[in-house]
Amino acid sequence: MRIQKRTLGLIFYFVLLVVPIYWMLNMSLRSNADILSTFSLYPADITFENYIKIFTDESWYSGYINAMIYVTLNTLMSLAFALPAAYAFSRFKFLGDGQMFFWLLTNRMAPPAVFLLPYFQLYSTVNLIDTHIAVALAHCLFNVPLAVWILEGFMSGIPKEIDETAFIDGYSFPRFFITIFIPLIRAGVGVTAFFCFMFSWVELLFARTLTVTEAKPIVATMTRTISATGLDWGLLAANGILTIVPGALVIWFVRNHLAKGFALGRV
Amino acid sequence: MEKWENNRAWFLVLPVFVVVAFSAIIPLMTVVNYSIQDIFGPGNAVFVGTEWFEEMLTDSRLHDALGRQFIFSGLVLLIEIPLGILIALAMPKKGWGVSASLITLAIPLLIPWNVIGTIWIIFTRPDIGLFGVGINSLNLLDVPFDHTARPSFAWITLMAMEVWHWTPLVALLCYAGLRAIPEAYYQAAKIDGASAWSVFRYIQLPKMRGVLTIAVLLRWMDSFLIYAEPFALTGGGPGNSTTFLSIYLVKLATGQFDLGPAAAFSLIYFLIVLLFSFIFYQALLNVGKGEKIA
Repeated sequence: MRIQKRTLGLIFYFVLLVVPIYWMLNMSLRSNADILSTFSLYPADITFENYIKIFTDESWYSGYINAMIYVTLNTLMSLAFALPAAYAFSRFKFLGDGQMFFWLLTNRMAPPAVFLLPYFQLYSTVNLIDTHIAVALAHCLFNVPLAVWILEGFMSGIPKEIDETAFIDGYSFPRFFITIFIPLIRAGVGVTAFFCFMFSWVELLFARTLTVTEAKPIVATMTRTISATGLDWGLLAANGILTIVPGALVIWFVRNHLAKGFALGRV
Repeated sequence: MEKWENNRAWFLVLPVFVVVAFSAIIPLMTVVNYSIQDIFGPGNAVFVGTEWFEEMLTDSRLHDALGRQFIFSGLVLLIEIPLGILIALAMPKKGWGVSASLITLAIPLLIPWNVIGTIWIIFTRPDIGLFGVGINSLNLLDVPFDHTARPSFAWITLMAMEVWHWTPLVALLCYAGLRAIPEAYYQAAKIDGASAWSVFRYIQLPKMRGVLTIAVLLRWMDSFLIYAEPFALTGGGPGNSTTFLSIYLVKLATGQFDLGPAAAFSLIYFLIVLLFSFIFYQALLNVGKGEKIA
């Protein structure tokens, strides 16, 4: 009986979690005039005009492509930088290792809102404004420390004897690292990639500040739904729904890794 | 695990150091520069020493924003951590329910932050929102619910949004911690006839200490630095009732171009987050150290 109550509670919570998203989906399938004139729990008169508008107008859909490009770049960069560093932290004692680790983490604590202007100046100076690489690089500020943190946990779970055996067998470090070690922690790599993707995809401030048109992400483009005639709720909702899709796809692909990764690693 | 001593490990850390330093140290130095100068234009700045820091000490709007920020972050931790633990405990341990729960939990985390604000505007508007229309049709309130009408309504909406958005992260982390407990522990507890409460208190809670540390730290930092969601939902209003620190500082820096005071306070802001993160970290590391862990 207790188990059932518990499951019921969980289902109730999940319903609460999904309802606001359902409501936005409902709005996205209706025209703005319909939304404002009638209140309805479901889209009685389904229309895809909001989605068609987004997919046929380049100024809308390019936002998605831009965001996908810099998020992918950032995930790859974060992993490439963090993997060797996490190995160093999990295996070696070296001068200033504790301080370095803490310093990395402090970079998550800087208030981003006030670093915007210095960021704009810095990236203007090196001529990177309005490029995908600029946003990817800026997002490394909080994603690389997080990646090091998560990966270090997974790596510490692998016994050091494996490294020693491989080196005795004559493996060079790069070959050992890529062909033996990384496959061993692939669940950890999956979880890390998930977190990097997530934090880069949801970030707005840096992405908006460092881009003008060429690399402008959809979250920044969305503000255009406010026009002279007021807010176009249907269009805004359709945009919102479309920003959820890539995330949902990523979750779907890593769902097994995620369950396993969360179970094995210290996270 | 015994670690090898080798300073050449620095070569492995160097790329991380360079990429993070580029994005962290140079802008930080710029902020320090702003905080001690009065800037009239490019190449035209006057050294003012601690003037901006002194000005910050007497800015009452800033103190209000700081107070609101502490209340907000405190509430966030008080609600989300226990709720997240409860959800993690209720989640299934095997079967298709595991994937289904993980996917459902992860969805809010992958929605861009200003879209979160948009979702909650659409959900709570008194004219088109399910929540707004629903609660007004019950006629429980003396005035119609509208998050732009009253500070208390704005706060309720913001807290609901925040709890909706971030509790899943706490739950996911706690679930990871729970899954790492070997089955043998539970069997031993069962043989000893331990109650559900003592299983939680003496096995599950101590084993979750690591992930709880991460959860508390992440929630503390991110809620204290919150910007995009309240900006999208309330814009800091009504009045200044939901103007949190980041919103106020951005107004100062980019709205009024008061770079000096904004920079000065953002350094203090940074130090506050650092200090509290350090306290939480130490406290969580040391709590329960004295007792014997099963």
